[in-house]
Amino acid sequence: MIPLTYMMSLSAILFSIGVAGVIIRRNILVMFMSIELMLNAVNLAFISLGSRLGSMDGQVIVFFVMTVAAAEAAVGLGIILSIFRSRGTIHADEMTLMRW
Amino acid sequence: MAIVTVEFPALALILLFPALGVVFNMFAGPRMGRTAVNLVGPGVMFAAFGVATWAFLTLYSMPAGGALSAHLWRWIEAGKFHTDFALRLDALSGVMVMIVTGVGALIHLYSVGYMAHDEDVARFFTYMNLFALSMLILVLANNLLLMFVGWEGVGLCSYLLIAFWYTNPQYAYNGRKAFVVNRIGDAGFLLAIFTIVATLGAQGVWTLDFTALRDNAPMLGGAAATAIGILLFIGATGKSAQIPLYVWLPDAMVGPTPVSALIHAATMVTAGVYMIARLNFLFVLAPNALDLVAAIGALTALFAATIAIVQPDIKKVLAYSTISQLGYMFLGVGSGAFASGIFHLMTHAFFKGLLFLCAGSVIHALGGEQDMTKMGALRSRLPITFGTMFIATLAITAVPPFSGYFSKDLILEAAYTSGHFWLWILGVITAGLTSFYMFRLIFMTFFGESRVDPDKDHHIHESPSSMTIPLIVLAILATVGGWVGLPDGLLWGNAFARFLGPVVGTFRPALEASAASLSMVASIASAVGILLAYVFYLRLPGIPMLLAWRLKDVFNLLLNKYYIDELYNFVVTRPLFWGSQNVLNRGIDTYAIDGAANGAGLSVATSGQIARRAETGNVQHYAFVYLLGALGVVGYYLYLVAR
Repeated sequence: MIPLTYMMSLSAILFSIGVAGVIIRRNILVMFMSIELMLNAVNLAFISLGSRLGSMDGQVIVFFVMTVAAAEAAVGLGIILSIFRSRGTIHADEMTLMRW
Repeated sequence: MAIVTVEFPALALILLFPALGVVFNMFAGPRMGRTAVNLVGPGVMFAAFGVATWAFLTLYSMPAGGALSAHLWRWIEAGKFHTDFALRLDALSGVMVMIVTGVGALIHLYSVGYMAHDEDVARFFTYMNLFALSMLILVLANNLLLMFVGWEGVGLCSYLLIAFWYTNPQYAYNGRKAFVVNRIGDAGFLLAIFTIVATLGAQGVWTLDFTALRDNAPMLGGAAATAIGILLFIGATGKSAQIPLYVWLPDAMVGPTPVSALIHAATMVTAGVYMIARLNFLFVLAPNALDLVAAIGALTALFAATIAIVQPDIKKVLAYSTISQLGYMFLGVGSGAFASGIFHLMTHAFFKGLLFLCAGSVIHALGGEQDMTKMGALRSRLPITFGTMFIATLAITAVPPFSGYFSKDLILEAAYTSGHFWLWILGVITAGLTSFYMFRLIFMTFFGESRVDPDKDHHIHESPSSMTIPLIVLAILATVGGWVGLPDGLLWGNAFARFLGPVVGTFRPALEASAASLSMVASIASAVGILLAYVFYLRLPGIPMLLAWRLKDVFNLLLNKYYIDELYNFVVTRPLFWGSQNVLNRGIDTYAIDGAANGAGLSVATSGQIARRAETGNVQHYAFVYLLGALGVVGYYLYLVAR
């Protein structure tokens, strides 16, 4: 029986790594992976809390999150692909067309 | 005394005809051409004159003190106060309407000939008809507010007609000057109206109708009456060109000569006299204000006459003469002889209108020349003009039996017997000066040897009949016009004063004096003036030059009109311009107001410049800010829990 604190700490650490990745890394693909990491950190929190509370809800929500994450990854990758075709780069600093 | 008032709707026709003339000349005139304009412009005035005559005869057949009225519509209603667009024709406004429509119609007829070579004849008659309309509203109004409408209207038309040839900047400037100086007087008039409403309103009487004012006049007693009287007189000095607001009238002479005759001699400038006579019941309550009127009148009469004796320009002489004669009228009404003042107003309208028309005829014949030093010996070349102008001169210099003799005598007599001895002296001196400058004008223009430019000499011609007929009619009026006010005891006596008596009251002399001897003094002064002019300008033509050279300073002072214009310029106009330019324009407008407006815009723009730096377009920056916000929210809840 792993203590809840460990799991929640792991979840928090993974989430923080994901956030840091999104904010710091300049490659859009890596930013995407970081987002997936954040989602999985949250999944981890959900199922650990669900198993501790003895409820199915946590697991149900995890499946939902996974489904959404898959759809999001498909759409996101498509967007990244078309950006690369039109721009020849996937560097986040180049994507500043929407500024003032 | 019960005043019989009869409803007489046809009074509205007197206003309707000139109004129709305005509309026609403004909209249809330019397309219909000169003939139609020449027909309609004077035509409506003759029609108005016809209606006015009918109304006047109706009034004349009524018992003394009667009046005709026409209530057209309720004009303004505010709480208990209301004022109507209503007309009233009593003895006083009857006389005025007859003068305005009669002399006005003649001058309109004269204009046909005078403006025959002008492009803008439709515009000219539009303004002239508009003037007649305004003047008739002024004299027919049955309340002060409607009178003020006419008062403003004539001021506007005066401006439009002085600046009629607006392409000349000087003429346009003179028009503006007339307008602005008149506005100063109008402000006084307005304040007087406010004072009347406030004073009466405080006692529960809300009206500006003349009849009601007359009945409630005692409520205005004391200080209020004096204040109202002085304010009204300030209004009159503006419109009637008295000291200190007379400066616009000489400059108004740049307008076409019929305008000078109609507006700046016969009708508009007498509006101030009419107003004081109309509100005589107020002035009787304020003896101090009345004394002021008399004093200013006498001073103006003398002051303007001294300027007139050296002016070389024929119209300028007549302009100063008008100011001087208006001074006489104010001396008359200021002495309490309201009927005499109006009597002189009437005779003056005849002879001064005629003098201006004759001067116009001379100018017309000489192709625009106004300088009397370039005239002379025109008597045989312009016989009708000379004859009529000579009659008018005899009338203004008070030679019996011409009209001016009777009216001027009554005024001087009133001035003496009301106890204004010094003002009477001024009046007598002015009579002498009047004779001098008028005969100087006649001698320089019609006698002696010709000093006309050779190239203008060949086309000297007597004016066409449209111009000479009004001259002849006015000459007849200037001759017989005074016979309605003969000295008491002779034939029908002073019928004019008896006719006006119920409206303006009867003059009661404070001291006894022999009318004959007073008249003798004035006549002697007048005769001396004529004699001097004869000696100076016909017998020994060198004398004026010699005197001008000997008394160089005095001569220049008079020639430059006592430098009053320069004084006003220095004291009023230039400081105002300076203040407007530097304080109001540069300081307040440009710096403060524009600065505030521009500053508001600039501050928004500047803060925007700073704020837009946040919009980098970089997704990661946004994500970071989002993170900070999320951390803030989470931190806040943790803080709440920890507490």
